[in-house]
This record gives sequence, C-alpha cells and structure tokens, in this order.
Amino acid sequence: MAFDVNKIREDFPILKRKVNGCPLVYLDNAATSQKPRKVIDSIVDYYENYNSNIHRGVHSISQEATDAYEEARKKIQKHFNVKDSKEIILTSGTTHSINLVANGFTSLLNKEDEILISELEHHSNIVPWQMMCEKNGAKIKVIPLTSNGELNYDSFLGLLSNKTKLVFVNHVSNALGTINPIKSIISKAHEYGAAVLIDGAQASSHIKADLQDLNVDFYTTSAHKLCGPTGIGMLFGKKEWLTKMPPYQGGGEMISEVTFEKTTYADLPHKFEAGTPNIAGAIGFGASLDYLNSIGFENIEAYESELLNYATNKLKNIPELKIYGEAKDKTSVISFNVGELHSYDIGTILDKFGIAVRTGQHCAQPVMDYFGIPGTVRASFSFYNTKEEIDYFCKSLERAITMLS
Amino acid sequence: MGIIEVQNEIVEEFSLFEDWMQRYEYMIELGKSIDLIDSSKKIDTNLIKGCQSKLWLHAELREDRLIFKADSEAIITKGIAAILLRVFSNQTPKNILEANLEFIDKIGLKEHLSPTRANGLLSMIKQIKYYALAFNKN
Repeated sequence: MAFDVNKIREDFPILKRKVNGCPLVYLDNAATSQKPRKVIDSIVDYYENYNSNIHRGVHSISQEATDAYEEARKKIQKHFNVKDSKEIILTSGTTHSINLVANGFTSLLNKEDEILISELEHHSNIVPWQMMCEKNGAKIKVIPLTSNGELNYDSFLGLLSNKTKLVFVNHVSNALGTINPIKSIISKAHEYGAAVLIDGAQASSHIKADLQDLNVDFYTTSAHKLCGPTGIGMLFGKKEWLTKMPPYQGGGEMISEVTFEKTTYADLPHKFEAGTPNIAGAIGFGASLDYLNSIGFENIEAYESELLNYATNKLKNIPELKIYGEAKDKTSVISFNVGELHSYDIGTILDKFGIAVRTGQHCAQPVMDYFGIPGTVRASFSFYNTKEEIDYFCKSLERAITMLS
Repeated sequence: MGIIEVQNEIVEEFSLFEDWMQRYEYMIELGKSIDLIDSSKKIDTNLIKGCQSKLWLHAELREDRLIFKADSEAIITKGIAAILLRVFSNQTPKNILEANLEFIDKIGLKEHLSPTRANGLLSMIKQIKYYALAFNKN
C-alpha cells in the first residue's frame, strides 16, 4: 500500500481542530498518540451494543464481550509474536506492568542480588525497583550514558555478574529517542542467568517487536502510545516467570477457589488480572493494532525516519539550538534547547501558535542531570505529521526565539 | 498608589494591545525589569512549588508595607511575577489580603491561573497572601 499521509490524516478526527485560532500541530506523540476513527468507533460500538461484564456471564452479550476481550489479547499476541496468549497480561499500562513485575520479584530476590537499570530510564522504571529493593535489600546498579545519549555498552558488560538477577532497559528512551541494542543486552544478561524486562512504551509505535526472536523475559507497553486508548496496556512475561511470581492484586477473576481457609489462584493470565478489567480499553487496543498493521510498520518506520531527518536538518540551521541525544539509532523524537532560553517559555509561545510540544524533564530527571540541564523542549513526530507541519513548527520556533531573546 | 489603582493602570496598558503576541512581548519586557530577588535569597525555602521553571519569591516588611522580590528561570513566568509584584509590592498586608484578582482575567492571562497549569502563578499568589497573613497585625 502506498503511504499517503493526507489520506491517513483523514482517519484522525482531532487533526481537524484548531488551537488558539491556529490549526493544531501535534508534536507531542511521545507523550501520547492521537486516536484514529476506527479505534474510537470500536469503543463506542462496545458501549452501545454489547457492554457487559466478561468471563462470568452465561448470557449472550457477556459472551460477546468476553470474546471481544480475548480476541484483543490474541491480536496483541500475534502482533508481538508471542508463543502463548496466556503470556499476555492485560494491565492498565506500562507503569502497572512494571509494578506487577517488581512486586513479583520482591520475594524472589534477596540482599545478595543486584539489578541493573539504565540511566536512560523513565521514572516509572526506577521508582518501583527502589521500592522493591527497600523490601528485599537487593541493590540497584546504574548503566551509564554516553554523551550522544546512548547506553554505555562496555559499562553494562562490566556491571554484569553472577549477582545480577534482573536487567531493566527501555527499548527506546522517552527523553531522547535512543533505540537501545536490546537484543544483545538480553543475550548477554542471559549468559549470567539474569532476567530482562524491556519497557517498550516508547518503541511500540515505531517498532514492531518480535518477542520470541528477542527471547526477552518481560516486555511491556501502553496502548495509548500506539493510537489506542489510555488506561490499558500489556505485560508479556515468559510462562516460567509468570508461574513463579505470586499474584499482584487479590480480587475477583484471579481466583480458582475461595474459602476462608485458603484460596487457590486462577491460571495464567487471569492470575494477574484481578477485578473487572478495562474491557473497552482492551477492545480499543486490539483495534489500534489492526489499524497500525493496516498501514504497515515498515511504512511507518520509513516515513517517520524521513520526518526525523527533515526536522533535524531544519532545526540544526537555527543558531544556538542544541539537540540532546544524537544516537545512531533513534526514533522520531528531538529533544533540544536554544541558547539560554527556558523550555517552558518556548513551549508556551509554541502553544499560542497551535503547536503542541513537551517541555521539562520528561519524567527522566537522571537523563537531564547527566546533561546538566533543567529540561528540554521535545518534539516527537508520528506518521500522521507532515513536512509542512515541520516547516510551520520551525518558523514558529524562530518567531518564539525572537520574542524571547 | 493603591492596589485597585495599580490594577486599573495595568488593565489600561494591556487594552492597547491587539493580539496575544503584543501582550506577551510586553510581559517579557516587564520580566526583564522585575525587582530582582537577591541571589543570596535564591534558596530552596523561597522556591514556589508547582512551577516547571524555578521561581523564587521573597518578602520583607518595611515600615508597614510588604516588599516582594522575585526571579524565575523562565522569562514568561518572570513577566507574570513582575505584574504581580507591581500590584502587591509596597502595599500593606491588610490591603493585600483584601485584594481580588479580577484584573488577571481582564488582561487576558486567565489561562495562567488554572491550578493545573505548570507555571506556579496560582501558588505565587497564595504565597503572597500567606506572607500578608503572617505580617498582618490586625
């Protein structure tokens, strides 16, 4: 299928709106993506036509809702090339997934053990492990960055030892867009018997990860980053790990038998899905994967990398503009500052021009500390953005700089 | 000049502007001439919370009036702070406590007053009122 961005833009109702009197130019895709009509319709269709609680009902619409929910799990399984759909846990998103694994590992680790976390991580990938370590005494070691925003691979190798039990790295950095060499990280960690969790939240909208090929132990993502709804995401875990880990939350759905003496837990994946799940969200998640796959990830990747190069070259022509994170492999994210100007000022003026960008620390304070800056402006592009929008963004940025200087 | 007079003066100045760009340019100018906080006072206890850029505010009583000084890393925040200082600095604590803030709406900056906005303006107003409360003798 030929890639026609103007046709694709028709799929996204929000792209027609105006902000502050200007057409919306949405360049905050790394925070969350916009939703195509098909995803919105799938959610409306569920609530209008077969809204019902799942797994327990004997009536028809409950069965329809259960089928749609489980169908979504199968779509996720297929998309990420997972062997068994039981290895897909539907969560509220990446943060929930990481907390679930951290909770599961609390009783599996002790004070002799070490976990490795990269300096590139989002706060959600740091804090749950600190909380876990407070309980079991395990130690956190940090894999440092290099000046171009890549992980220092040699330092990673140096930190690995027989004490290493877990390695956590994001597939793509949310602050800088760096694509990490996760395949080699996973295989190296496995040589020492360590499990690896990859946070795929920033990667999933750009890269279709083949989880069997990666041989990863855990992989997580949030649907809202890939044109799906908020409040739903997934955790992939290898069956052997998910079986070993105790349940995270107690409640309905996750049990097999309950008496006051003893409760036995349900099989995977339900053991980790307590309570009524986000049914509409799961259906929307499935619809978003259908949508993205109908466009094709090879098309998305090629077009976004074209946008990234185009925007990078244009931005580099602006005097005093410094780009943070120039990894060889990166997604369509540009983090930058201009001279001494504060990112908040730039973001405020750009908003007046109808342009949505992110400013500040991007929930990655360690990354900002590494560069010794309070924050950056982050423009992140998606396959529905255009070169004309990038032109307008650069022109508006130059006007903002003039105003603020 | 009393608080109401200063507010009216600011409203009049802003009424001359035709669009947001002129308003912001003026605010940025005001930011550049803010009554700057002494660098020794730029300490964490003087930081206003809820702001994406650092914003410091300090107050001291001179005779019966409160003198405010401020600074921010971001020039727009600094501009807004300068407007607030113009209104509230060199006023009595009692008058500060009684003042309302309708003028902010009139000069087209209401959006900056939203509690979810990350500029700390609302927190700064609160802090100004806290100072006034603390120094109010009545």
